[in-house]
Amino acid sequence: MDDRFQPSRRLFLQAGAAAGGGLMLGIGFGAQALTVIPDAPLGLYVIVPSSGRIRLVSKNPEIGQGIKTMMPMLIAEELDVTWDQVDIVQGEGAVKYEPQFAGGSMATPMNWLPMRQAGAAARLMLVTAAANRWGVKPEDCTVKAGVISNSGRTLSYTEVATEASRLPVPDPATLKLKDAKDFAIIGRTHKGYDSPRIVRGEPIFGIDARVNGMVHAVFVRPPAFGAKLVSADIEAARAMKGVKDVFVLKAADYGDDWMHGLKDGVAILASNTWYARQAREALKVEWDLSGAAGHTTELYATRAAELMNGAPVKVTTDQGKADEAFAAAKTKVTADYAAPFLPHVNMEPQNCTVHVQKDKVEIWAPTQLPGAGRDLVAKALGVAPESLVIHMERCGGGFGRRLENDYMVEAAVIAKKAGVPVKLTWTREDDIANDYFRSGANLRMEGGLDETGRITAFRQHAVTYSRGGEVAQGANVDARGFAAIVAPNVRMGESYIETPVTTGYLRAPASNLLAYVSEAFVDELAHAAGQDPVAFRLAQIEAHLAAHPVTEAGNPWNYNPERMRDVIRIVAERSGWGRKMPEGVGLGIGCYFSHQGHFAEVAQVKVADGFFHVQKVWVVGDIGSTIINPTHAINQVEGSVIDGIGEMSGEITFVDGAVQQSNFHDFPMIRMPQAPQIDVHFHITGFSPTGVGEPALPPVVPAVANAIFAACGKRVRSLPIRPGSLA
Amino acid sequence: MAYKLNINGKTREVDVDGDMPLLWVLRDELNLVGTKFGCGVAQCGACTIHLDGEATRACITPVSSVEGAKITTIEGISASKIGAKVQAAWLEVDVMQCGYCQAGQIMSATALLTQMPKPTDAQIDEAMEGNICRCATYARIRQAIKQAAGMATADTREV
Repeated sequence: MDDRFQPSRRLFLQAGAAAGGGLMLGIGFGAQALTVIPDAPLGLYVIVPSSGRIRLVSKNPEIGQGIKTMMPMLIAEELDVTWDQVDIVQGEGAVKYEPQFAGGSMATPMNWLPMRQAGAAARLMLVTAAANRWGVKPEDCTVKAGVISNSGRTLSYTEVATEASRLPVPDPATLKLKDAKDFAIIGRTHKGYDSPRIVRGEPIFGIDARVNGMVHAVFVRPPAFGAKLVSADIEAARAMKGVKDVFVLKAADYGDDWMHGLKDGVAILASNTWYARQAREALKVEWDLSGAAGHTTELYATRAAELMNGAPVKVTTDQGKADEAFAAAKTKVTADYAAPFLPHVNMEPQNCTVHVQKDKVEIWAPTQLPGAGRDLVAKALGVAPESLVIHMERCGGGFGRRLENDYMVEAAVIAKKAGVPVKLTWTREDDIANDYFRSGANLRMEGGLDETGRITAFRQHAVTYSRGGEVAQGANVDARGFAAIVAPNVRMGESYIETPVTTGYLRAPASNLLAYVSEAFVDELAHAAGQDPVAFRLAQIEAHLAAHPVTEAGNPWNYNPERMRDVIRIVAERSGWGRKMPEGVGLGIGCYFSHQGHFAEVAQVKVADGFFHVQKVWVVGDIGSTIINPTHAINQVEGSVIDGIGEMSGEITFVDGAVQQSNFHDFPMIRMPQAPQIDVHFHITGFSPTGVGEPALPPVVPAVANAIFAACGKRVRSLPIRPGSLA
Repeated sequence: MAYKLNINGKTREVDVDGDMPLLWVLRDELNLVGTKFGCGVAQCGACTIHLDGEATRACITPVSSVEGAKITTIEGISASKIGAKVQAAWLEVDVMQCGYCQAGQIMSATALLTQMPKPTDAQIDEAMEGNICRCATYARIRQAIKQAAGMATADTREV
């Protein structure tokens, strides 16, 4: 493994005495030097008490990706303890843990080295303490399962923890980490740490939080994006059973941040969530809808068509001579693609519990990005960020929705005004109406091929969305898909439709849309060239490699054509690519690089009665040298594949700024009968390991679209696919 | 109005409106929060409980309609032999991602295996279709159900 390509952040270690004696060891990013803190604050990574069980802290939000199991595995491996010797503690949302987030499939590449160093540093300090007591050298001691040995003598970690805490912390750069062949924990399946509590129904999620004296709240937001509150008659609601309080909140009084913060609305507090919801029906609110008018999906489509026929407003890539090469191409293909807005719909609706106290504000929240929530709440309440305590509760799904903390701000503002602890729970309808959607986009794709079928020219014009005059959050489509990577002459550009709708990051952001469009288009190019889609891709990659040999051989961060070539080859083998299929059944391939993962997937799809059914998907992914926790890595891939297939039938639409879908009856989710069989294979390479929460999702969408073409001859150039539309 | 409820073998008394859904009685009145809120309109299955052994969506079940019935929630499902097997299979197969829907999945699976000890894949699909798993752990849910039933766990659907 080549550590040159680890994130270039300096590490620092800090150690101190644990409460009641013992060692606490932390390791973090951001400081320049080694730091020893005698009275170390809570929230370090390794806690070895002088009696009792060893605790390992997992700092990142658990959203179902399995981080609370995986990150401590890295520590435990180098600490030389057994898994059943440790308890895992969820770190709170705190500055000392930053960067602290669930997103971008970044936890593995960012923590692969530091968390092992934390374990190795603690091990060395404990061993040194034992060696000092015996008057021997640390290197003459051995460790097995938290017991240090030398010449037949033994000391447990807990017995030397207090002495160890007084020793200098070793320089991380000097620590010797284990060879992969000696791993006893990493690379072996460790089941979800919290799972026993989940199957027993214990309170573990954000929505399960309970504080003495708390009341239940709902918050009634504007019915459309761009709408504002004019007035509210709250008297009837106030008189409803169980209601404790009703009040109006204006965004202007809390920072006027309609993107991330509090919107105008009415808070209803009651003794029971259901009473609060009943009282909502008795509210009479007048909204100013003028800012929402005209923000309608059909009108957006008309505007997109107008913009598409003009030049891109912004050119994002201009390489070689795209126009000349396209004009000179032997074969030209032009195709228009469209993909809709999509919601996140975490299974656990947004919620937050807040207790505003004299000297602190305590928050219980399911969040993927606690730091941003802390800053938003501090600003809205006018308190110091340090006065906030964020308990990071298990998230009932993330998918990018909880990178936003709007519900945290709402709960905090409501709790402060109410003067009592408050649990705010959104309805599913609130959630779908007030999401930070995956932006829709329309794309015109143009490719030119030479006589051998090589892609010589590629042009892409994406019509996407802006908000407040800037590219809307997460709405840029400027990443490079396959044709943009391999073609020598490329021009890509964007144009924008202004919208008040809030957009954001949905699992594999940008890639979840661009992979579909770019890989479905590559399939069209292969067909135009008269070539097999797998052979066509491999030929393009080889030609590209010949012109641009891989120079940074150990770099796990960038697209690497050799890695992509290999996963394509392997998935073709595993899926039996090229075999004769029954009538109405087809195989399609998609490949995509995102979040440091190189993935190629083949879908087997049956088309019948005008609709599609995915029977099986073969996945081959290269995420480096080590699959840290195989059970969760495979689960993530399977979930990504099914999630991607589900997204092909979903859409969010608007009429005058109001979302037209409201719950699972009109935004249907993929269910068990539609979930295909999935064959997951990780292609092990020498690269440093990278994450797997996202990169398996993007390729499945085009793989299915291309399989539909193979099955029935219909190109899927726009999503969603509606029942009957393939007839 | 006061209601006497038989929940997990114990009598619990609550004083609420009769049309309050059982879900909110469990969660907000009795602090039995293992039963989850997901949609409120019986579309997702996260709130599945057993009413006299039948899988039922607590979010649309008025409390006034369940007096006298035997209510079982996830907190009490291990008292059933099949329920305990299902919980064990869920752990053995390591089904969970986020885990939020899994209480409802376990309740639906337990009701299925109580009525149909050796279900086919089609019967599993039918019984479990009402339970959404947003993380899409469907393959492992299927496998865990078969494991709890003592069956071969391979997916036998047509490919």
